[in-house]
Amino acid sequence: MYTQALNTAETDDRGLEEAGRAAQFQARIDAEERIEPNDWMPAAYRKTLTRQISQHAHSEIVGMLPEGNWITRAPTLRRKAALLAKVQDECGHGLYLYAAAETLGTSREELVDAMLAGKAKYSSIFNYPTLTWADIGTIGWLVDGAAIMNQIPLCRCSYGPYARAMIRVCKEESFHQRQGYEIMLTLCRGSDEQKAMAQDALNRWWWPVLMMFGPPDATSQHSDTSTKWKIKRFSNDELRQKFVDATVPQAQYLGLAIPDPGMTQDAEGHWRYSEIDWTEFKQVLAGNGPCNRDRLAARRRSHDEGAWVREAAASYAAKRAQRQTAQAAE
Amino acid sequence: MATPNTPLWEVFIRSRNGLAHKHVGSLHANDATMALQAARDIYTRRGEGLSIWVVPSTAITASDPAEKGMMFEPAETKIYRHPTFYEVPEEVGHM
Repeated sequence: MYTQALNTAETDDRGLEEAGRAAQFQARIDAEERIEPNDWMPAAYRKTLTRQISQHAHSEIVGMLPEGNWITRAPTLRRKAALLAKVQDECGHGLYLYAAAETLGTSREELVDAMLAGKAKYSSIFNYPTLTWADIGTIGWLVDGAAIMNQIPLCRCSYGPYARAMIRVCKEESFHQRQGYEIMLTLCRGSDEQKAMAQDALNRWWWPVLMMFGPPDATSQHSDTSTKWKIKRFSNDELRQKFVDATVPQAQYLGLAIPDPGMTQDAEGHWRYSEIDWTEFKQVLAGNGPCNRDRLAARRRSHDEGAWVREAAASYAAKRAQRQTAQAAE
Repeated sequence: MATPNTPLWEVFIRSRNGLAHKHVGSLHANDATMALQAARDIYTRRGEGLSIWVVPSTAITASDPAEKGMMFEPAETKIYRHPTFYEVPEEVGHM
């Protein structure tokens, strides 16, 4: 009986203490202070950020696959060098983000293993195939364009390491979008077949790109707390609208048609798009997109094939360290 | 099988304009040579620097941000360490 009574009292105290810390934490967020790795933070804040940053990192890494598909078939050496540099950047972005996620207490190896096991998600957009060279242009123009729209507000995210990683990423990402648009421009100024190829790619990517901003505000499950914690600064629908408004004139300049016959411009100049097919989004998220299995299989194969390199590097480092200790003892 | 952990390193880069080495991020590598190569590939893809330092993260001793009050208190009260503490008549001009 006593122990039980004591326990209750203790839990109450701890609950009070915790509530005090949570209030202090929220006050720091409200004052636009950055939260750093060693600062106290609510468990749910840590969990949300670990999930979001690691998913972001996985997306960068998986995102290398659809574009890597075209490196050996790029139409010119200039295009090939640019695409190679872009794919290398995506790898770098993945690594900055894993480093940021790790500061929350989960190792990169654990995060990567969760992705390989199919337990962690990555952006659904990378589960679509890159069928023609015009897809590479469209990915740079629209997928990276949408990513930039999402990432710019993240540069002011309340978590310091994530915000700093995003600043680097955004600086580099601008080249990606421009190289994509340049590919589209070249195709649209080329032969009829080339222009048709560009239109076909836009037709296939348009709706999946709009889905990149996530579910509509009315149904988004993570938004409330993320907004309160200033991880998120704009809602999914706000960012999606901003993206559409920026993209429509770019498509018009190319002479391409947005595959949405119901799209109209309202009195304020916003381009109003038709209803998005969220069942497709849910299907791809559930693992039934055109390339889900292929992407995971490619990541697993690459991880397995690199196992001997990791082992060799670890045993070489261990041998050198042992030799150094032995020499020091002599 | 779980992937074994690889040691963590902190990366510092001296930028082109000759400033001090500045912390830019961290990475994983098994030894110093591989850490330097990885740092070059991850953090200097656009000519960001002239020189790189890599330091094992475990070699860094850090002050506790929770105790920053106590840690930096000795400096906080010494306003006479700042030039603005001293009054110089306007006629004397810039000093």
